[in-house]
Amino acid sequence: MSTTDLPAASAGADTTAPVPAGLSSASALDAARAAGRSALVGYLPAGFPDRAGCVDALRASVAAGLDVIELGLPYSDPVMDGPVIQAAAETALRGGTRIRHVLESVEQLASAPDGERAPVLVMSYWAPVLRYGVAAFARDLASAGGAGLITPDLVPDEAGDWIAASDEHGLERVFLVAPSSTPARLASTAAACRGWTYAASTMGVTGARTSVGSAAEGLVAAARGAGAERVCVGLGVSTGEQAAEVGAYADGVIVGSALVRALSDDGVAGLERVVRDLAAGVAGARG
Amino acid sequence: MLFERVGDRGPYFGEFGGRFVPEALIAALDELDEEYSRAAADPAFAAELDRLQREYTGRPSILTEVPRFAEHAGGARVLLKREDLNHTGSHKINNVLGQALLTVRMGKKRVIAETGAGQHGVATATAAALMGLECTVYMGEVDTRRQALNVARMRLLGAEVVPVSTGTATLKDALNEAFRDWVAHVDDTHYVLGTVAGPHPFPAMVRDFHRTIGVEARAQVLERVGRLPDLVAACVGGGSNAIGIFHAFLDDPQVQLLGLEAAGDGVETGRHAASITGGVSGVLHGARSMILQDEDGQTLDSHSISAGLDYPGVGPEHAHLASIGRARYEPVTDDEAMEAFRLLCRTEGIIPAIESAHALAGALRAGRELGPEGVVLVNLSGRGDKDVDTAARYFGLVSDADLVASEAERVSGPVEQTEANGW
Repeated sequence: MSTTDLPAASAGADTTAPVPAGLSSASALDAARAAGRSALVGYLPAGFPDRAGCVDALRASVAAGLDVIELGLPYSDPVMDGPVIQAAAETALRGGTRIRHVLESVEQLASAPDGERAPVLVMSYWAPVLRYGVAAFARDLASAGGAGLITPDLVPDEAGDWIAASDEHGLERVFLVAPSSTPARLASTAAACRGWTYAASTMGVTGARTSVGSAAEGLVAAARGAGAERVCVGLGVSTGEQAAEVGAYADGVIVGSALVRALSDDGVAGLERVVRDLAAGVAGARG
Repeated sequence: MLFERVGDRGPYFGEFGGRFVPEALIAALDELDEEYSRAAADPAFAAELDRLQREYTGRPSILTEVPRFAEHAGGARVLLKREDLNHTGSHKINNVLGQALLTVRMGKKRVIAETGAGQHGVATATAAALMGLECTVYMGEVDTRRQALNVARMRLLGAEVVPVSTGTATLKDALNEAFRDWVAHVDDTHYVLGTVAGPHPFPAMVRDFHRTIGVEARAQVLERVGRLPDLVAACVGGGSNAIGIFHAFLDDPQVQLLGLEAAGDGVETGRHAASITGGVSGVLHGARSMILQDEDGQTLDSHSISAGLDYPGVGPEHAHLASIGRARYEPVTDDEAMEAFRLLCRTEGIIPAIESAHALAGALRAGRELGPEGVVLVNLSGRGDKDVDTAARYFGLVSDADLVASEAERVSGPVEQTEANGW
């Protein structure tokens, strides 16, 4: 299937506009670095609260200061996610969100107007990608204008097919490192990444926490020492203060549950407020 | 050797197996793999496990011939490997004792487990009590209601039982929650995975702890009958009891290996748990195997009257044995299983677990094909105490008034843990 065969989008995005080439998340991270700050990476599951609402919310988030979009592919068994994202994914699945809808959303986000457009990485557990077909998924993600894929339950050791497919289509591939990763694994994971490396701040699942894991700063340094060109930190960041703390040392600050919760509780306006607060946090982190 | 055949160690079984898990768990899996390899080569570990099996579990489990039951199986000789007589009432204790010993060797203080029917949870709670470990058991909320007796057992043994209400609120969701707990507490916690699924080294390690079933049974059948059985039958959810009895016969090509999957209302209805018969190759719970999933890779709801078989995946080694044709896997519906259940109760005075009744149904089928000269070995993986309520309802043995009364006594929501006196 090619995304050119997809039905017209319903989100109000101009899907006839050509997808800009070279919209990589690495370039967004580099641009933020050049501006003396960390990048803000924000997550929402595709189809949450509904398909059009998700795209609108992410475009508004970009306008409010989000640098990179992490679009979740809702999955029935999300073992790396805490209750907030689990519930959102269940909502999206109950609403009928399928892989083709996720690709439609990617296309709509990647072709949004200037000021509302940011690189789009899909975050997906491996089961849906494997079932869709690794090569086909890479082809269709690239064709939709996606920057690449974050794979929370795929380690490079098992990723031969994905590495080949992402190379072929010029897609970024973001693997995770954890506080428990050995030096050897940090090196092999960093080498396998294209774009950047995702450092899990803590040993646990997604969700807002009162403090970001103290291991995060050391993990970022260790990953860089092991060869990672860019390292973003996720798991537990929910406030501007935490974003500032992490932004002082990481190339990117990843926020998920806090955005999902804001959108659930207070709609797009509430989401924009949270994004602005986070963006102010990363902007002031190195002041 | 007590553990493993050369070449069967994993992480892959043909195209199946591997490790599809968050990076955060890789170090723990490596630690477990290394500790298990050291333990497997340590005579002291084998001796301690052997002592526990003999003095605590009650191994070797006996072999019982069931001639009155066999009259319904074409007159073939039917022999039951009595794992139902183990301490805690099922085969699950074999694996749990091994993993609990490993937990102690790794210096960890806490175990977690997932459970469906409750047998694995009870076994884990038992081993934790025996070895002084903290224990948390995750159980789908639906299962806590249909297996309330085992919830009470686990709590009596000192375990915390956590009802899981996410997803389908059954076994697969209990596994998800156990993985989440493990990621967060891996420093002091070992995940006692209860079947031959999951990421490497679990499928090979759990199988090795259950190999004793087949090793004993093979020798017992040879002694009793004078030859090997024509067919070995076992039920398959995740597949731990089946792989345990199959493994000793893998190099005996004349012995057919038959796994019986839960067909629920029938594979054709979509309401079943027959992952090999009705599934596709995919990833679930850390391994590539045969999975019930839709065309988007979303896990499908499984269904079986048996909570212990109500799982949309299967161990990767079973997927491999099916793919190479060394074992075959057939579906058994709820109704077929319950008929075999009834038959064993009435002809032999043995109440089997509903899981094991699926194997008995397969034995009836196979026996009729083999005829009077045939010898069928069945793994009776568990006893039916936990299923009395389910069976009584199925067969209409309790009156509507009794049902209303027992419903009224049940909590309407998940089974809450209360601070009862002394517990």
